Amino acid sequence: MDLIQPTSHIIPDPDKRAGFRAWLPYQSTEPFCEPDAHLRANNLSIAYHDLQVLRNVTLEINRGCITALVGPSGCGKTSFLMSLNRLTDLIPGCQVSGHLQMNELDILAPTTDLLQLRRTVGMIFQKPTVFPFSIRKNLELPLREHGTHDRTLLQSTIENVLQQVGLWHEVKDRLDHPAQALSGGQQQRLCLARALVLTPDVLLLDEPCSALDPISSGIIEDLIASLQGSYTILIVTHNLAQARRIADHVAVFWSLEGVGQLVEHGSAQQIFESPKEELTAAYISGIRG
Amino acid sequence: MSRQSNHVQEYCLTVIIWTAATMVSIPFIWLMGDLLWNGWSHLSFNFVFSAPLNAGREGGIGPILISTLLLVGVCMGVAVPMGMGTALFLSEYTRHDHVLGRLIRGSLDVLAGVPSIVFGLFGNALFCQVLGFGFSILSGGLTLACMVLPILIRTVEESFRVISREQRLSAAALGLSKSTTIRTILLPAAIPGLLVGGILGLGRAIAETAALIFTSGYVDRMPESLMDSGRSLAVHIYDLSMNVAGGNPHAYATALVLVSLLFMINLSSSWIASRWTLSNQLPT
Ligand SMILES: Nc1ncnc2c1ncn2[C@@H]1O[C@H](COP(=O)(O)OP(=O)(O)OP(=O)(O)O)[C@@H](O)[C@H]1O
Ligand SMILES: [Mg+2]
Repeated sequence: MDLIQPTSHIIPDPDKRAGFRAWLPYQSTEPFCEPDAHLRANNLSIAYHDLQVLRNVTLEINRGCITALVGPSGCGKTSFLMSLNRLTDLIPGCQVSGHLQMNELDILAPTTDLLQLRRTVGMIFQKPTVFPFSIRKNLELPLREHGTHDRTLLQSTIENVLQQVGLWHEVKDRLDHPAQALSGGQQQRLCLARALVLTPDVLLLDEPCSALDPISSGIIEDLIASLQGSYTILIVTHNLAQARRIADHVAVFWSLEGVGQLVEHGSAQQIFESPKEELTAAYISGIRG
Repeated sequence: MSRQSNHVQEYCLTVIIWTAATMVSIPFIWLMGDLLWNGWSHLSFNFVFSAPLNAGREGGIGPILISTLLLVGVCMGVAVPMGMGTALFLSEYTRHDHVLGRLIRGSLDVLAGVPSIVFGLFGNALFCQVLGFGFSILSGGLTLACMVLPILIRTVEESFRVISREQRLSAAALGLSKSTTIRTILLPAAIPGLLVGGILGLGRAIAETAALIFTSGYVDRMPESLMDSGRSLAVHIYDLSMNVAGGNPHAYATALVLVSLLFMINLSSSWIASRWTLSNQLPT
């Protein structure tokens, strides 16, 4: 079981993280999940080519908390995540309506600076999406794009962030090797590192473990748990046990008459122990979905 | 079915496949043998670098070699940037089902099948006459560029698909601008496709006669500028074997040079391509 608990090397030396976001200890999770809305969705609806896939989602995501989005396939979880960093803009025929707010920022406003928004809201996909060049260049690219060119700063940031995802010792001697030569789990951690390099406030994780073996999946899960408090995290997962282990809040989506809707939202404890909705109860007990 | 007849069947199949493969290689071996047999004895340093005399029966092919290289240079110099640009436009700036994209793709497919003599007539009308470049290496090179563009664009566009939808989305999710994504992720991915398309195009261009007779002409003097008329190797071969009595020996030798040139292009490109893929997988 040691392999699934790599927490010792996830914890970086705080001194090395100067100039980086203040590092928060892994164990003491409770105080950092604040009852204060970081993201607000109000009557959010999403349609592809006039076919509605998500209707009237109203949801508040608390700062520093891990919120798990669960629900059967095709109920619009990915679409919801992608509307939060406006990746939906890139999908032909996708229309988002309603209201989305991050702090004071109106996400859906046409004037919103998308590059800045996406710098603040990082995203990881189901399949690891490393770029076809070296590990170092994968991490440097977003930094350079957002204006960091200083070599020593680049180097130290890369080291910090690789320490944070527990990859430093595995790759420190082959930073200039192609990233695609890494294993699937390592690639996914590199993708996480690549998102963290921009010090985002929000992390969107779309089934980050589902393409991985149980051990890599466990490593990523621990990693996500260790980020609680430092980032506002939304994670889509089909693994209810995982949601139960790491999430503070759970939002249950369901496809009713072909249109995705939010059926219940609450603390993980409430959802798993005393669900209010019948659908939720059936879903978490494995009867439906 | 008995084991015996099964065995016979296997045997027949093997024989048929071997025969087919051998029959396909025979013409190629014959052709190479013929070229070497008839051309090798005329091939020399002098032949490759000196000027033709007596309509090509004597002397060499120096100016013709230079004209050919200039023609191919103009062709690739124009076709590669335009091909990259069009491929980028098709795959990144228009939706797949967009009318303009469909129109361009459709016309490219038609163009790829148009006989080269038609390109020759078109090049003559547009470059030599309307644009006033006359019979010149410039006109010829531009006409060749029109010929190789369709194939170049399609192979480059195809190689952009190596970059998956998820990779594009994650580039956008990192706040990378479109130009950065194109520069750092898409263009490097297109290099192998560009090489393949470039080689196919180069091969087509360097062996072209019909399109060039009408555009770059067949003056066999050393060209002094791109506005001079120049004769390509393939045109020289055609002229020697069809119009010049006693021109055959030098036609053979020229053909040998042309084929060697094609070989060198092919070898160097596969070398570059393998270097490229290796450097993307192994430490450099
Ligand atoms: N690009 C698209 N064009 C058209 N329809 C789409 C597109 N992407 C998703 N959809 C539709 O939108 C609905 C919701 O899809 P979405 O990917 O958001 O679901 P999901 O909850 O993430 O499912 P899964 O758990 O399988 O990942 C589905 O019915 C899907 O068919
Ligand atoms: Mg999904």
